[in-house]
Amino acid sequence: MRRTVILAVVAALGAGLLAGCAEDSEEPGAGSAGGAGGAKGRTTITVGVFGAFGLKEAGLYDEYMKLHKNIEIKQTSIERNENYYPQLLTHLGSGSGLADIQAVEVNNIAEITTTQADKLVDLGKTEGVSKDSFLPWKWAQATNKDGKTIGLGTDIGPQGICYRKDLFAKAGLPTDREAVGKLWAGDWNKYLAAGKQYKAKAPKGTTFVDSASGVMAAITGSSAKRFYDESGEVVYKTNPAVKDAFDTAAAFATEGLSGKLQQFTPAWDQGYANGTFATVSCPAWMLGYIQDKAGPAGKDKWDVAPAPKPSNWGGSFLIVPEAGKNKTEAAKLAAWLTAPEQQAKLFEKRGSFPSAQAAYSLPAVSGAKHEYFGNAPIGQIFSQAAEGIPVLIVGPKDLVIAQNLADVGMLQVGQKGKSPQEGWDAAVKAIDNALDQ
Amino acid sequence: MASDIPAAAPSQGEEGAAPAQPSPTVDTAAAERRRARRSRWYRRDVRWSPYAFVAPFFVFFAAFGLFPLLYTGWASLHRVELTAPTDMEWVGLRNFSRLLEDEFFWNALKNTFTIGVISTVPQLLIALGIAHLLNYRLRTSMFFRVAALTPYATSVAAATLVFVLLFGRDYGMINWALGLAGIDPVDWQNGEWTSQIAVSTIVIWRWTGYNALIYLAAMQAIPNDLYESAALDGASRWQQFVHVTVPSLRPTILFTCVVSTIGATQLFGEPLLFNGGAGATGGADHQFQTLGLYLYEQGWVNLHLGRASAIAWTMFLILLVIGAVNWLLVRRLRKSA
Repeated sequence: MRRTVILAVVAALGAGLLAGCAEDSEEPGAGSAGGAGGAKGRTTITVGVFGAFGLKEAGLYDEYMKLHKNIEIKQTSIERNENYYPQLLTHLGSGSGLADIQAVEVNNIAEITTTQADKLVDLGKTEGVSKDSFLPWKWAQATNKDGKTIGLGTDIGPQGICYRKDLFAKAGLPTDREAVGKLWAGDWNKYLAAGKQYKAKAPKGTTFVDSASGVMAAITGSSAKRFYDESGEVVYKTNPAVKDAFDTAAAFATEGLSGKLQQFTPAWDQGYANGTFATVSCPAWMLGYIQDKAGPAGKDKWDVAPAPKPSNWGGSFLIVPEAGKNKTEAAKLAAWLTAPEQQAKLFEKRGSFPSAQAAYSLPAVSGAKHEYFGNAPIGQIFSQAAEGIPVLIVGPKDLVIAQNLADVGMLQVGQKGKSPQEGWDAAVKAIDNALDQ
Repeated sequence: MASDIPAAAPSQGEEGAAPAQPSPTVDTAAAERRRARRSRWYRRDVRWSPYAFVAPFFVFFAAFGLFPLLYTGWASLHRVELTAPTDMEWVGLRNFSRLLEDEFFWNALKNTFTIGVISTVPQLLIALGIAHLLNYRLRTSMFFRVAALTPYATSVAAATLVFVLLFGRDYGMINWALGLAGIDPVDWQNGEWTSQIAVSTIVIWRWTGYNALIYLAAMQAIPNDLYESAALDGASRWQQFVHVTVPSLRPTILFTCVVSTIGATQLFGEPLLFNGGAGATGGADHQFQTLGLYLYEQGWVNLHLGRASAIAWTMFLILLVIGAVNWLLVRRLRKSA
């Protein structure tokens, strides 16, 4: 009796293992035509993304499959880019385990473009891809020196300033979004001045901004040259734009205008839920996040105004590895997914702002209003911001530099009460250590 | 099992030879040969089968234990980046020598040590106490034993996320309780000591029950007569604990010390997740960045595989030193006992 039980268990475990293996061997880069489950003659294209990327959620895969009966699209997602990106690099290095299409975050695109171009398909030559429909700087970011375009832009992150009307009213500031925009138009220092004005009559327990590092990200995103110069040299230490951004943002902390929160942490989410800060620099993709975290209680309290200067924060690209089995079909799909019409749909459903400027005139974008944000004409606000964004120079280690400036430098000023100079020095030390091979 | 085989094998041989009986002269030689072959096969079987049975372990160990260890050592002598993992440039011991002057490394080493001490010491003391209590005849003792083990069964990630909320600066439950007692809220994450205490709390919470059950198992092996005679001599419960229980548990306590030290040296998940979404910096001032976190930051955030490998090997060497110290201690204690 006992023996049969054991045998049964062993058999079950064995079967489980085998099944597991079978699944595993099929999953990574399952690009093979007509996978086990697929119908006859169907090509399966896999897409690897990080987070809730939105392509699937917006129904774009379903639409493509309806248009192309011979194509089946499967998506694998890894929640955080910090886990997704190193894995992508190892897979590119070994030439295996890759999906047919992979997503890349803007902070990583320069590293991919400079170090991995020979492993990727030149999407600039794909049928149906038109350089002119993309913002020039977005196109340039994924194009290497030989003119090979390895990535097609999906969304970008033009920024506005999201603000709480109720808190503004209590502090005696205007609440109409045009008047609010005029408060700080053209100059980040005016934003600081508005903060001081807010603080004078601030409702108890609230601050003007959530965090100094959010302000810094917004300011650095508004200058063409940030951490690298045109020739690819690291210049963040000597570039006045970066130091000025750091000092201006640090002033928010030292003046007591910041809620001393770290972005994308539970405490930050609680800040939204409890309405403890009045403004936040918000790229288009952040509106959905605010709506989620502030909940129904925040409805008709939040609104969005133009930022002092046009600035970009975030955005992504799609790349097609050479190692994939369905390169041509994958490139076609990538081209379709990033075409203006599809980017407009992605904006309509998910709030990811198009990097294809040809999409801005489409009604889905130009007429877009956000109900939660007091019916703000977000299509217009973010289109204007997007067109004013300078041609950003991106470098391979942008992410590491930006992260250390925020999570070491600005956090020391914002949360530990150190002087801006001390914070800057600590960040520089950490960055130099990180960049040193 | 082993005794079955010799009994079965000859009888099989006889059966096999049986049909050949009609012509004995030719066939005895053949049977002899067959038998010799069988016995050779049998000898080989006895000799090599055990190796075949244990081979899977060694194959897996070689593939997933030994090879990574050696390859990491090889990589630590090179400049390797994750962007081009096959592109290796020989740099000798440079990755190790730079650690000597790398203040982030020393900071991580110091943090690993302090967090290790303030988590391991209270943890083992509490575990000993809990085990002692569980060792009494209690009603529903099974329930308490299972309850003691539940934290260990919880995932690090889930537990840490809850602790992050408890230790929150603005809306954390601990600061709320402190507020009731009239104490100002503490910014747990940003203070050097407060953050390390918070991380240690997670470790203590998670591992105390596990160690308590190990102690409990050892305690139940202590003969009851010892307690009886101690009681007859007029020893109190506490005296029994100090003079009977603890000395009998000495090997077990040493074992848990070693295991906890190794665990503390490799501490990773708790400090990583305690930092919220901010990655592997271990706080704005690297105030709770452990060696494990620094290794992860170098390898998977900064993409310097060579430097990360050097840190990994240094950690390995540190563990060897700890092992050697422990071995000396055990010898000392055994002599004194």
